[in-house]
Amino acid sequence: MAITSLKSGISTRSGMAGNTLIYPGSYESIATVDVGAGGVASITFSSIPATYTHLQIRGIARATTSGSSFVNCTISYNSDTGANYAGHDLYGDGSSAVAGGGGSRVPSNIGVVTFPDASIAANIFGTGIIDILDYANTSKYKTIRVLTGADANGSGYILLRSELWQNTSAISTITLTAAFAQYSQFALYGIA
Amino acid sequence: MAKTYTPIATTTLTSAAASVTFSSISGAYTDLALVITPTIPTGAYDLLMRVGNSTVDSGTNYSVTRLSGTGSAANSTRSTSASGMFCTYYGYPTSTNPSITTINLMNYASTTTYKTMLIRSNNASAGTEAIVGLWRSTAAINIITISLDASTNFSSGSTFTLYGILKA
Repeated sequence: MAITSLKSGISTRSGMAGNTLIYPGSYESIATVDVGAGGVASITFSSIPATYTHLQIRGIARATTSGSSFVNCTISYNSDTGANYAGHDLYGDGSSAVAGGGGSRVPSNIGVVTFPDASIAANIFGTGIIDILDYANTSKYKTIRVLTGADANGSGYILLRSELWQNTSAISTITLTAAFAQYSQFALYGIA
Repeated sequence: MAKTYTPIATTTLTSAAASVTFSSISGAYTDLALVITPTIPTGAYDLLMRVGNSTVDSGTNYSVTRLSGTGSAANSTRSTSASGMFCTYYGYPTSTNPSITTINLMNYASTTTYKTMLIRSNNASAGTEAIVGLWRSTAAINIITISLDASTNFSSGSTFTLYGILKA
C-alpha cells in the first residue's frame, strides 16, 4: 500500500512516509534483443512506454569487425542524428586512468558500451549497464550513466560514463549501433 | 510487463565465517546481482570470488581490469590468470568500514560465452573502484563462493544477497 506524506506529498511503499522512496518489485522487463547468426548493424527498442521513472539497459556484446581489439557501440534517441549529444568518461586500461569527453556530438561520436572485436579471443564478450534517468520527463534534457567494460586476460577496459541528450522530448526509441556479433544481447528494463 | 530483480538468497552471518557460498543457483535468470556488505575482524583484505558449475573453479581462469580512486589519485591496474576474481582493490572491508560491493554476473547461465562481470566496490575511508572481470569458461554458473584473499574471516553481521534479473 502506498503511503503519502502529508508534509512532502511523497508516496512511499515503505511503512514510514518521508523515508527514501522504496518500491519493492518495481523493476520490470520490457524487451530483449538477441543477435542471431550473421550479426546485426543496430539494435532498436521502440514504442517504449512512458509509464516508468527510469530505464535500464543491460547487455553483453562482441563485434564482427576486426583490428581495433575493443570498440564501442553508440546510442541515439528518437532517431535524432543531430549534434545534440555530449559525453564524458573516466576509464582504466590496466595501467592508466584516463578522462575524456566533449559536447555537441553526433551519435557516432558517443560511445556507450565497450566490447571486444573479432581480433580478441573467441567467447569473450564485453558488457554494459546503462541507466537512463527520468527518460519521459518533457521539462529537461536526458542524462544517462554507464558502467561498461571488457576484460581479455591481459587487455581490456573498464569505463564510467555520463552522457547527455540535449532534448526535452520523452524518449520512446533507443538505438544502439555497432557491428554486433552473434550472441550479443541487450535487455531493456523499466523502473517505477 | 514481468516484474524481476528477484531476491534469490540472503545470508547474514551470525558468527564469523571464512566464506559464503550460494549453490544450486537456478539458471532461469539472465543476469545475477550479488550485493555484499562485509566487515572483517582486523586488517584490510580484498574480496575474492570464485564461481563454477557444481564445484567452484580454483584454476587460473580469472582476470580483472580495475579503475580506482583513492581520494588523492586515480589509477588502473590489472590481474591476469588469477585463481580467483579480486572484487576489491581499495574498496576492501575493514573492521569498522564495510566494503559495499555489487557484482553483476552477466549472462551467467550461457554455455556459449565466457562470463564477464561488472563490479563496483567502495570503502569510504580507503577508496572506490569499478572493475570488469572475466571467467574463462563456457560453463553455466550455478555456484558462487565469496571469501577473502587471506586466511581470515568475515565478521558476524556481514550480509550477502543474491538477486536474479530476467529479460523479457
